[in-house]
Amino acid sequence: MSDVAPAAGEDAERARPLDTAVEFVRELGVPRLLIAVFVVALFVVAAVTHMDLGRLVTDSLSRVARNGILVLALLPAVQGGLGLNFGLPLGIVCGLLACVITMNANLSGWLGLSLAALLGAAIAVPAGLAYGWLLNRTRGQEMMVGTYLGFAVVSAMSVFWTMAPFHNTQLVWAIGGHGLRTTLTLTGFYDRLLDKLGAFRLFGVEIPTGTVVVFLGACVVVGLLLRTRAGLSLSAARSNPRFALAAGISDEHTRVQAAVASTVLAAIGIVVFCQSYGFVQLYTAPLLMAFPAVACLLIGGASVTRATLAHVIVGTVLFQSILTVALPVTSQVIGGDISETARLVIQNGMILYALTRRGEP
Amino acid sequence: MSDAILDLRHISKEYSGNRVLADVSLRVRPGTIHALVGENGAGKSTLMNVLFGMPVIRDTGGYSGEVVLDGRTVTFASPADAMAAGLGMVHQEFMLIPGFSVAENIKLNREPTRPSPLSRLFGRRLERLDRARIGADARAALDRVGLGVDEWLPVAGLPVGHMQFVEIAREVDKRGLRVLIFDEPTAVLGESEASQLLEVMRSLTSQGVGILFITHRLDEVMEVADDITVLRDGAVVARLTPADTSVERIAELMVGRATGRGERRARPATHGGTPALEVRDLEVDMPGERVRGVSFTLERGEILGLAGLAGHGKIGIANGLMGLYPARGRVIAHGKPLRLNDSRQAIHSRLAFVSEDRRGVGILPDESIELNIVLTAVEAQNRFLRPGPIPALRLLDGRATRRHARDMIRQLDIRCTGPRQHVRRLSGGNQQKVCLARAMTLQPETLLVSEPTRGIDVGAKHRVLELLRALNRDTGMTLLVTSSELVELRALCDRIAIVYEGRIEAVLPPDADDRAFGLAMAGERERTHRE
Repeated sequence: MSDVAPAAGEDAERARPLDTAVEFVRELGVPRLLIAVFVVALFVVAAVTHMDLGRLVTDSLSRVARNGILVLALLPAVQGGLGLNFGLPLGIVCGLLACVITMNANLSGWLGLSLAALLGAAIAVPAGLAYGWLLNRTRGQEMMVGTYLGFAVVSAMSVFWTMAPFHNTQLVWAIGGHGLRTTLTLTGFYDRLLDKLGAFRLFGVEIPTGTVVVFLGACVVVGLLLRTRAGLSLSAARSNPRFALAAGISDEHTRVQAAVASTVLAAIGIVVFCQSYGFVQLYTAPLLMAFPAVACLLIGGASVTRATLAHVIVGTVLFQSILTVALPVTSQVIGGDISETARLVIQNGMILYALTRRGEP
Repeated sequence: MSDAILDLRHISKEYSGNRVLADVSLRVRPGTIHALVGENGAGKSTLMNVLFGMPVIRDTGGYSGEVVLDGRTVTFASPADAMAAGLGMVHQEFMLIPGFSVAENIKLNREPTRPSPLSRLFGRRLERLDRARIGADARAALDRVGLGVDEWLPVAGLPVGHMQFVEIAREVDKRGLRVLIFDEPTAVLGESEASQLLEVMRSLTSQGVGILFITHRLDEVMEVADDITVLRDGAVVARLTPADTSVERIAELMVGRATGRGERRARPATHGGTPALEVRDLEVDMPGERVRGVSFTLERGEILGLAGLAGHGKIGIANGLMGLYPARGRVIAHGKPLRLNDSRQAIHSRLAFVSEDRRGVGILPDESIELNIVLTAVEAQNRFLRPGPIPALRLLDGRATRRHARDMIRQLDIRCTGPRQHVRRLSGGNQQKVCLARAMTLQPETLLVSEPTRGIDVGAKHRVLELLRALNRDTGMTLLVTSSELVELRALCDRIAIVYEGRIEAVLPPDADDRAFGLAMAGERERTHRE
């Protein structure tokens, strides 16, 4: 903040605090407000029924941190005019491949984790280039093409996992010694390495400091990238391709850049996800992973054509908190489990809602 | 008088405070052809929308005035109502289903049917089609318009000209047709087809139908019309008959005559030296505004105007130079050859462009004013960026951007709440100033401005023109101004080139007489020379 009072009239555009608050609520929107109220209500019910609040908050927090980068990965795609990147599984399998390769080489600890992230990003670059090329040839149907590409890639990789020449006994099926297991445990490799880094307890809540910091760091990096010349080209080409052309920007290029950025972030995101989760899930596990991520972004207030960092963070917190708290609370109160149903209703309902508002700013 | 079959009385229409039709009256007599001519944006389409009861008119507050058909005042709630009352329209774009046969297209949704067992149970919608009668009706309609094509051929394979006749046949087939409207029907036709069409129009009138003929082709108007109404800026500027007028007179009326002769500018002192632009044989593939070989020289410090009727290619020239549409030819910009088809190159050659398509090319509506102003300079010139090793990854310099935007807002008097306001919220005139600010930010030697005053209110028009004049006078900036408004070109330019059918027909001084402009715009000049 400047210590010199701005000259009268000069800074008329700098809104007063009250206006900012009103504007904030307006920006936040009714759906988000309702969901936020719902989340708070869930926590209140949890407290009233004497559940372990600290435990619930801890779980929410670690899920938020764990999923954050996968949601963030959608941001460049939306900004680049590709819509919601339902092709996220493409980047995810790149990250999974990197995990498996590093584990097969018995790389563990910080070396293993960072190499897995780097290698995943490296594999994601050519994959993203190809994805961008494909999307340029199927203009206007990015989301549908992404969905099916994701399905196709996950299925193709399922074949690969069974046939790939990995031999590390910790990874392959015990019987037959051939083909990767569906779930690989990271114990002894980099299980919860980031979660435990600088972790501390606060009012009974365990803070997974490392993962949270990595997520927020990634947000800052992406935010800065969007403020660079390349980032500005990206959003200019999205919001008006002919304006961009007049400024010498080819929107074919920016769309490919957006696809690469999104795929690379997804690869890194899944590596962070796996270390926090403690397992690497192969085969069909990544098949539907784009959907919750997309729902997070949309609950945060993004649309098909516009998304911001705030949408990423707010949306991830709201959506993941619901998932974490709804399960124990509903089983406590109703005595049954409707949380999975609630998750599907909220997740797919949000996606549907966003698609009906397509084209609105 | 009661002899009019269709009588539009004092029609006025506003779109959000912007008057597009002002007290337009027009009478179509039975058995005659009434030509309605006017430049793009003169209000012809709006008038047709009013006539046909298009929802867009009602949604934007309706219109004032009366539509009288056959002596009865009518208000149509929808185009279907209008058609039921005896209005027909032949569209500029074909409204035909390619996979259906000619006959099916003609009778679509008006098919003669016969009862079937299903229809007895479930109602008329399930009656069987009477294909024999469909064919016979279609044949009769096709014969009336003189098209010998087999009525069972699919529309998809027909030549474009034939499709136009199928459209007309469909309208002709409608029972109770009173008035038929042709919306630029000859735009896609070759010469012989066009004259055949005019023939058909005449034969239709002999059957008592009134025809309203909307067109740009003035020689056709002279050939077939009984009455002519000229529309400009939403108002009727003349009612004529071919006998007492000429093509150049109509052209002149369409574009308007110079009123402000006193506004003539003083010529800048610094002509000469290397020209700003030397354009040789420029061809531009811009749909609807094709340029077919244009050569001209733009002197430094000069203001050159490009005028001409819509569709003749004046708009294509600047777009081609800036790399927005595929172009061929040789261009030397400020002494160096300009590589065409590359916007970045054009900007590097110190050219800047304010597009005629403000919403489509000129602005990013959902971004801030400041970003709109600096973005092109950021992308093409790496300006307003913080230092960094890789140009693409240099961060936007928010402070410099803000400072520059404030400067521009003050300098151009952009009415806004501040540099962070979104451009969408600004009025047309202020959006245009943002476009100008963006172009000026590039610090060009030559500024190409297309339709600088289109769609902005009168006060803002004046300020924008004043601004262009000041730029030229104070900074010596060379200007190439493309405009449909001859008046403003004559007040602003040193020379005015008239574009006709993709070529420069004439270069005239701004004080040449109206007749010379009219003649050049109608392409009559060359024709008279040839004869």
